[in-house]
Amino acid sequence: MLDDFFLRALLAGIGVALVAGPLGCFVVWRRMSYFGDTMAHSALLGVALAILFDINLTIGVFAVASLASLGLLALSRRGTLPADALLGILAHSTLALGLVLIAFMTWVRVDLTGYLFGDILAVSRLDLAVIWGVGALALGILILIWRPLLAGSVSEEIAVAEGLAAERARLVFMLLMAGIIAAAMKIVGVLLITSLLIIPAATARRFAPTPEAMAVLASAIGVAAVVGGLFGSLEFDTPSGPSIVVAALIVFLLSLLPLPWARTKTATEGGR
Amino acid sequence: MAHTGETLVEAGGLGVRRGGRWLVRGIDLAVRRGEIVTLIGPNGGGKSTSAKALLGIVKPDEGEVRRKPGLTVGYVPQRLAIDWTMPLTVSRFMSLTNSFGRQEIAAALAETGVAHLARAPLQGLSGGEFQRVLIARAIATRPDLLVLDEPVQGVDFTGEVAVYRLIGEIRERLSCGILLISHDLHLVMAETDRVVCLNGHVCCSGSPELVAASESYRRLFGPRAAETLAVYRHHHGHSHDIHGDVVPLPARTAEGSAGEPHGERAGDEVTGEKRHA
Repeated sequence: MLDDFFLRALLAGIGVALVAGPLGCFVVWRRMSYFGDTMAHSALLGVALAILFDINLTIGVFAVASLASLGLLALSRRGTLPADALLGILAHSTLALGLVLIAFMTWVRVDLTGYLFGDILAVSRLDLAVIWGVGALALGILILIWRPLLAGSVSEEIAVAEGLAAERARLVFMLLMAGIIAAAMKIVGVLLITSLLIIPAATARRFAPTPEAMAVLASAIGVAAVVGGLFGSLEFDTPSGPSIVVAALIVFLLSLLPLPWARTKTATEGGR
Repeated sequence: MAHTGETLVEAGGLGVRRGGRWLVRGIDLAVRRGEIVTLIGPNGGGKSTSAKALLGIVKPDEGEVRRKPGLTVGYVPQRLAIDWTMPLTVSRFMSLTNSFGRQEIAAALAETGVAHLARAPLQGLSGGEFQRVLIARAIATRPDLLVLDEPVQGVDFTGEVAVYRLIGEIRERLSCGILLISHDLHLVMAETDRVVCLNGHVCCSGSPELVAASESYRRLFGPRAAETLAVYRHHHGHSHDIHGDVVPLPARTAEGSAGEPHGERAGDEVTGEKRHA
């Protein structure tokens, strides 16, 4: 049954969405969407380098995205340039470097569109195994670092003062981001990975009373977007990545409709 | 204090430098079990920075910080904005750094008088309610050391009095050490054992009465503070320029040189008369 390319894409997409939900919540909470974007854009450089040195694509992307995030951390600590300028420089220069490097390698035929926007045909059985294996590992690690990471997202100062390893949790979180980017690249493409992290999380916020509920809900919404998007992609012959993002957007817009049971911004009384 | 005990945290010659400028330097500061130490001083005087260095949030560039092994800390930061994207009810927020049972949470919230808010979303609280929740969260672990950075901001006057009374009660009940940062002087002092006046360095320290009496205190806080507080006179070795840097007073060099931690002596040289406004 796994010979069916569509089923493989579906399972891979669901696997990615399950992990992207909770990770995406942290991206939203920590205001890291441009950070995630930058890491995702660096994935193309990872692809180029992986082809050049003939190593596994997923590993190449993971390595480059991790390095990009660590580099960003180091650069932002030196504080010479504002963070958004750094992100802009790194995001687009790694993307451009990747594109240029791939253009130089005339001996390989590379389907750029597939990397940029996702390609459901590209998911192999091995990819599927990697996505579910890495995904399960990532979720397990996320549960282990949940408390320090969440406390650090609310207030890094409180977390550190009260003895939680918030900084280490943030580093591990960066690596998990690199992992999900490497895993998600084939499904949604490097340009759109961040949307798979952010849109389901943002959609879930309105219905969630606690961080944990928001994480679970974001996973469910992500799965719905993947299923809807991939079926749409098959039906209308559109690239898989944009189709999934459009499906996620539709869910997000629907969630904005006034619903009687939704938890809105109700407050006991005004202020704050 | 009768039950003042072991030293919980202690800084020696602490200095923190940012962008080539010393925010604080030469800070000697200790908090013992059972005492309330209040840091006062002007904005930018390094109160929060010193507290953060004591807690390990900021790494000191000079000097050292010793914390009692296994020290448990409850921290109420000066600024905490909870973004709307973070769904937190009051009771979920209580378990941010430690997990507590429902009853423990209810008890801690009851201690600060906000038990009725347990299920409310944090974003909907008023300033005073939010401060009370922050304090409840910090004391829920029954910490050895409680650090409160301007805990009465956004609280109205009666609320302010209540918060200070509460802090005094917490000290009695938990027999913890409390480091309190404040720019609001006379109210704080009523509950305080020791006041440390910071303006880039320790200007003076001692019992509230002695510090209120000191020259440097008056110089820092201006005539208004001098009017509302009883004031003694004592010799002080230096003045401050507009950057808060130490300017030695040549006429008084005999009394102490600039930068020397002379705080513990503040008040040793009380010469003037007590004067009420």
